[in-house]
Amino acid sequence: MKNETLYQYILCIADNSLILGQRLGELCGHGPSLETDIAITNIALDLIGQTRSYYQYAARLIDEEKTEDDIAFLRLEREYKNVLLVEQPNTHFGYVMARQFLFDVYHLMFLEKLQYSKDDQLVAVAKKGIKEVSYHKRFSSDWVKRLGDGTEESRQKMQEAVDDLWRFTNELFLMTDAEKTMAANGIGVDIAQLKEEYYKEVSDVLKEATLTVPENTYFTKGGKEGIHTEHMGYILSELQYMQRTYPNMTW
Amino acid sequence: MTKNWPLWEVFVRSKNGLEHRHFGSLHAADAEMAMENARDVYTRRNEGVSIWVVESKYITASNPQDNGELFEPAQDKIYRHPTFYDLPDDVKHM
Repeated sequence: MKNETLYQYILCIADNSLILGQRLGELCGHGPSLETDIAITNIALDLIGQTRSYYQYAARLIDEEKTEDDIAFLRLEREYKNVLLVEQPNTHFGYVMARQFLFDVYHLMFLEKLQYSKDDQLVAVAKKGIKEVSYHKRFSSDWVKRLGDGTEESRQKMQEAVDDLWRFTNELFLMTDAEKTMAANGIGVDIAQLKEEYYKEVSDVLKEATLTVPENTYFTKGGKEGIHTEHMGYILSELQYMQRTYPNMTW
Repeated sequence: MTKNWPLWEVFVRSKNGLEHRHFGSLHAADAEMAMENARDVYTRRNEGVSIWVVESKYITASNPQDNGELFEPAQDKIYRHPTFYDLPDDVKHM
């Protein structure tokens, strides 16, 4: 392979979008109202679109014969490098919005740095993504505030969701070897530097939503190294079903 | 408390220079949500450059029963249409 480290780095970025996009896609036709259903599906499509751009680039790095679909559909669980946050289940709408919010704040910060990468391809994907993700963040933070500052029941559900998902946030800023190498040579983003700003921004929104910022210091990790939660296998079995059952099928 | 969010009417300007046109309606809890929902429901295929939303209850509609007195008197007055002028081809959107 021409550039194994860059390939691994791209997976680190793109797998987050793929798995979160897949998670949101599961909700198509199941949103709480027609309007939110369409909004969630739009976000899913944005994420899958970004994923395609990354994978097309990654496919060119590994082998002329490989395509974006090979990368999306034919890897083993351990080879997916998404953070644990994005694979968490669609427990309820508030949970989905909390998960989205905790990711969107990170995602936008990340892309805003990635647009100054030395890699032209990544710059192009980042610039296009910034507009999409700005909207995702606006949508999800709006809902966090609405539900947090809503009825007693919605507030309680949102608080529980944030408390439950909080332990996955620290992993966003743990850097793999590939991320460290790419950050050092100016292609990747030094994400550890984003951490302080991230927690400040998240806390500001939670406070506005009249929610309590969790204080637990127990954090979990592993997704970036390919060690996933129990949910990942189910996601992949659905995601990969067609290609595994009918190899090389197209339509 | 009603279970449904209030109804909103959505107007979209397709491109600069054209007027806002009624695109449809949707449900939303407030103006901000109505705007986001309108963006997602009506402009996701690049249909617009500007959105107006207004809560449906603020629209006063004419009563179909009054159609006779409101509209029929205009039917036989074709001289009120500016159809007796030659428009140059260059004039668009008239």
